[in-house]
Amino acid sequence: MADGGEIGMQDVKAHALLTNEVGLHARPSVKLTQLAKRFESTVEIAIAADGPWTDAKSPVKIMRVKAAKGETLFMRANGPDAEEAVRALVELVNRKFDEE
Amino acid sequence: MEQRIVGRAASDGLAIGPAVILRALEAASRAKGSIAEEHAALAAAVVRARQAVAELIERLEGDAAELIGFQMALLEDDALTEAAYARIERGAAADLAWRAAMAEEIAGYESADDEYFRARAADLADIRDRVLRHLFGLGDDGELPSGAIIVARDLAPSTFLGVDWSKGGGIALGEGSPTSHVAMLARGRGVPMVVGLGQAWERLTGQVLVDGGRAVVVVDPSPELLLSARAEGDELMHRKANAIARQCEPALTRDGTAVAVLVNISGPADMTTVPARACDGVGLARTEFLTANLLRDEEAQYRAYAELVRWADGRPVTIRTLDAGGDKPIPGYTLDGESNPFLGLRGLRLSLRHPDIFRVQLRALARAAVLGPLKVMLPMVTNVAELDAARGHWRAVLDELAGGNVAFAEPAFGIMVEVPAAALAAQHFAADFFSIGTNDLTQYATAASRDGAEVADYADVLHPGVLAMIAHVVGAGRARGVDVSICGDAAGDVRAIPALLKAGVRALSVSPGLLPQVKAAIRELDLARRGEGA
Repeated sequence: MADGGEIGMQDVKAHALLTNEVGLHARPSVKLTQLAKRFESTVEIAIAADGPWTDAKSPVKIMRVKAAKGETLFMRANGPDAEEAVRALVELVNRKFDEE
Repeated sequence: MEQRIVGRAASDGLAIGPAVILRALEAASRAKGSIAEEHAALAAAVVRARQAVAELIERLEGDAAELIGFQMALLEDDALTEAAYARIERGAAADLAWRAAMAEEIAGYESADDEYFRARAADLADIRDRVLRHLFGLGDDGELPSGAIIVARDLAPSTFLGVDWSKGGGIALGEGSPTSHVAMLARGRGVPMVVGLGQAWERLTGQVLVDGGRAVVVVDPSPELLLSARAEGDELMHRKANAIARQCEPALTRDGTAVAVLVNISGPADMTTVPARACDGVGLARTEFLTANLLRDEEAQYRAYAELVRWADGRPVTIRTLDAGGDKPIPGYTLDGESNPFLGLRGLRLSLRHPDIFRVQLRALARAAVLGPLKVMLPMVTNVAELDAARGHWRAVLDELAGGNVAFAEPAFGIMVEVPAAALAAQHFAADFFSIGTNDLTQYATAASRDGAEVADYADVLHPGVLAMIAHVVGAGRARGVDVSICGDAAGDVRAIPALLKAGVRALSVSPGLLPQVKAAIRELDLARRGEGA
């Protein structure tokens, strides 16, 4: 679902629907941040297409977003591995964070 | 010099170990240093809290480890401390800066619409307190040595759960109550505990013996006492192991009278304590897990009830309709500011005032009844008219379901007997079964509050007046041809069981952790012998 973008200055963006039972709750948040930290690029999430954007490597900040089940999670990354980062995050959300 | 201090029994058993004093966070204080010193103090406390949590994770498994893993993730994130450091830079002391920053973070969680997020506020409070303990030099709960006697003014349930009790250990408290949540946890885990020791708790040091059954704590026990206590402790352990080995066998008294032993279920964890085949069913499933936002969620309720019925695997499951009020408030549902909530709007009284919410629960129960023998129980019934009114809602819900295309069944419809006036008039209630709630019946009949430490000794189920009410309900049940069971704490109290059986009770519903010893106690009684159980 990545809607394209160049490696480098351009943001890579994508979005996915939160379908797991508890939304971006404690364990899903930890999994998401652990995954985001594996990439060199900046990785951010939001619950609206135009932000506000939140650092996807900070569990404290992710929990402040309180993204619930049924909300669309928007992601963007910028850096050398931005494509891979966004793809990995979308997959994690689509796999319901391997929780169900 | 051996010194005995008498308190109140909270959990049976004997424990010997070194006393570890746990001082309350509220009483702690520290001197404030320069901005740089305060900054360094907070940083050091966070690092130590992290180390303690890392050690805790090593010890825990499964869900518990993952939950603590969440705390670890937050402690490792600089975003957690940002606001606190900013306050320190503006001149605040490290402890005040940390408290204020965490209060903001916690308020954010508590204001969430979603129940899952709100529940995580407890994790944040736990993190706050861990760091504070290190700031005040009080050590971390995670560092409590196993096998120690924990000595404190009072103890929080989360602290209890943070201790590894597999190596033994006990609890001695200056305050506290045998009916507190932590006392229930201690009984469930078999941790010896004495409460209400008074000021003397601060003098408990060195080697300490906790005798939960006798409500005594002994400092510096003599070698002779240690020897006999160890022998008695081993005997208790041995008896407990035997009881567990026989937990799946039926409970028959010496004269061959069968007594049904059922379990009380408060949450999913209770379904893992004993296998379903060890019990004769669920005598009381509490539905107080229904928080404000689940009250109208029929599907979520149906799933929870269905899970219980499936677990019981063909055995009867008695589910109590919402018993809010008293000491269990639900914001927006129960009444605020009642001067005496235990004598106010609670249980069925509230359900009848909120018929829309009541009917959601009845619908979910009727649907789950398709999956097995489910029974519906109404709490806090006082008048026959209330039972009639509840039946009116019940019929309406069944008619509504009959008109739709969801599967449903009609379960038995019974009442909990816990109001003295209803107990003495039980013969007038056309209920399908009676279940005696001895906790409330006792507190109402003896005019002694359940949670008041000073009057706890008055609230005695063995009072002849209370036993007479129980015997009356048993007689009324026989005359009406309906089952009578007991689902209060007395059912699991081996000291009360002889008198309950003597009063004619033949079904006891107990906390799952107590089931093996309750069955063992029943097997030792002989109801045919005169005087037994008096």
